[in-house]
Amino acid sequence: MSETIKAPTVAELQAKGETPEILFWVGCAGSFDDRYKRVTVAFTTILNKLNVNFAVLGPEESCTGDPARRAGNEFLFQMQAMANIQLLDMYQVKKIVTACPHCFNTLKNEYPDLGGNYEVIHHTTFLQELLDEGKLKVSGGSFKGQKITYHDSCYLGRANDIYEAPRNVLKALDADLVEMKRCKTKGLCCGAGGGQMFKDAESGDKEINVERTEEALDTGAKVIASGCPFCMTMLSDGVKNKEKEVEVQVKDIAELINDAMN
Amino acid sequence: MTWMIQLVFVAVVAVPIYFLIRRIKQIRRNILLGKDLDRSDRSGDRWKAMMLIAFGQKKMFKKPIPAFLHLLIYVGFLVINLEVLEFLIDGLFGTHRIFAPYLGAFYNVAMNIFECLALGVLISCIAFLIRRNVIKVSRFTKPEMKGWPAMDGNLILIIECVLMMAILKMNAADQVLQSRGVAGYVDTGHLMISSLMIPIFEHFSDGFLIFTERAAWWFHIIGIFTFAVYVTYSKHLHIFLAFPNTYYSNLAPKGKIQNMDAVTKEVKSMLGMPVEGGSEPPTEVGTFGAKDASDLSWKSLMEAYSCTECGRCTTECPANQTGKLLSPRKIMMDTRDRIEEIGAGQGEGKSLLGDFITKEEINACTSCNACTEACPINIDPLSIILEMKRYVAMEESGSPASWNSMFSNIETNFAPWKFSPTDRFNWAQDLNDKN
Ligand code: SF4
Ligand code: SF4
Repeated sequence: MSETIKAPTVAELQAKGETPEILFWVGCAGSFDDRYKRVTVAFTTILNKLNVNFAVLGPEESCTGDPARRAGNEFLFQMQAMANIQLLDMYQVKKIVTACPHCFNTLKNEYPDLGGNYEVIHHTTFLQELLDEGKLKVSGGSFKGQKITYHDSCYLGRANDIYEAPRNVLKALDADLVEMKRCKTKGLCCGAGGGQMFKDAESGDKEINVERTEEALDTGAKVIASGCPFCMTMLSDGVKNKEKEVEVQVKDIAELINDAMN
Repeated sequence: MTWMIQLVFVAVVAVPIYFLIRRIKQIRRNILLGKDLDRSDRSGDRWKAMMLIAFGQKKMFKKPIPAFLHLLIYVGFLVINLEVLEFLIDGLFGTHRIFAPYLGAFYNVAMNIFECLALGVLISCIAFLIRRNVIKVSRFTKPEMKGWPAMDGNLILIIECVLMMAILKMNAADQVLQSRGVAGYVDTGHLMISSLMIPIFEHFSDGFLIFTERAAWWFHIIGIFTFAVYVTYSKHLHIFLAFPNTYYSNLAPKGKIQNMDAVTKEVKSMLGMPVEGGSEPPTEVGTFGAKDASDLSWKSLMEAYSCTECGRCTTECPANQTGKLLSPRKIMMDTRDRIEEIGAGQGEGKSLLGDFITKEEINACTSCNACTEACPINIDPLSIILEMKRYVAMEESGSPASWNSMFSNIETNFAPWKFSPTDRFNWAQDLNDKN
């Protein structure tokens, strides 16, 4: 591909006297997790291809505080939130898009109580809007007719009632979208929310991510689509646990769209 | 003679009403032991939630068969209580079927509706008894359901069966007495369900039939009032509390965690930001989070009293499904047991966290909201779990070690993982360098 792909920072743009229309909030997983960095790059690529006027905070971004709050450490959460709000307000950010449902939920629902008011959208909703407006055009290509199953992230689904946007985006790939036994409002958690990502699970009969992966594999889909870094890690681990990583891929919706755009 | 019976009636009704009022006051007091929480906004949306979810049973219909059976009992309960109104008037004034002459033909229609509903209630209760005791639906056999909770569930169903049978028996005897023209037994017309029992009663003498009819009448009215008192000690309290409980539902998106304003004040003053309410000395901060039931909000305590122990939350809970100790239903039951204990001035030196609920249980929660979604009356076990996590993290510094290191990573590296903050933008370096 010959076009240049860039991820400008807000600070850079400001130095040039510009302000981006949209802030892409990358999140800690998107910045540090090797697997999720590829999702960040895929989404950046889409934004570039569609000439979206965006920027990232880059080195200035910091954890939203979500895992701290959910593990009970309200102090730490609020310290993080206040610092982030100061930064976002300094750059006069109005609209934020993020590929992490946890960041999305916190920025959208929890920052307003602390004085941070922004329009926040999850990247799957953003992609659906672009599709609806006709700006984003995909041809199914390699996904045409392929079985894809979508795993609902609790923080998009039950937490924020976003069930259709990710599915609509997947349907645009002309794929054969198959649902797992537990989906939408009844979707099963990947096991990582509420700070579980950062500690071992309590003892039980089974790991939650294995249970969920079994259900995903039962659909016979070759691609498990997700829209959340935590779900991606948990399901990828589950697929490895079942020794299915050769046949079955766990992919973020942004990656699927980016692939289909080529 | 009748005035003496009327007097007995007044006494029989007054005693349970006395206990009922006392118990209601006690429950109200216990709920108000909880902390403040403002749920006074958006009354339009609140009425809507109550009408749809409590009155309209909207969330029940996720499971159609139990929903239908439950609906029969619910409608039966509402409608048959109209008949109790007639019972009360008859009892007080020494009359019999006082509405019959006034309502004329409609009285027969109303009675037939009552009878059909009584039969519906009877069938539903039997079906529910079978589900609990013969089919043993898994959510009714979890560890927290052993003993009293299981007994409570069965007792309610049995009492309802017996009460319904009393109505039908009374009507059957009444119809035979009417056909014999016994004084005082007004014509009700043909009653569809109870008339099936007429062949049994036809063989008895007038005296015995009058006795049977009266006995069933007294049994029903005493039964209903005793049951009303019993209900307040039972999970059956949901028939009343479901209404205020859904009215005061959490209307915010499920993912939103309630902000702790006391912490906001402290954080702001630490950061040197202006604090609302000026420089007044911080009003007593109290404990952060919840160690005991009285540290929870009044809404959580109301929810504890509203819980039907149906276990839909636990069935959907990913932690419970994979064999972990956590059961959101148990969280609600424990909270109720504990606030009852506190209200009665017992259990000093005990607390909800530790003596009832363990850290192992709360730590297993993924905050996935499957429980709050599943609950037919919008109960939120997650908020109780979160309050206890807050207590453990902020008052005890007793979170699991890996959470404590996650906290310090966020503090020092601004990410939950131990990466250098200067590496945060590395993902873009390749891209930006290439171009
Ligand atoms: S929020 Fe917690 S308690 Fe509720 S279902 Fe999820 S894991 Fe279970
Ligand atoms: S909290 Fe709700 S779903 Fe859970 S047992 Fe109680 S009533 Fe049922």
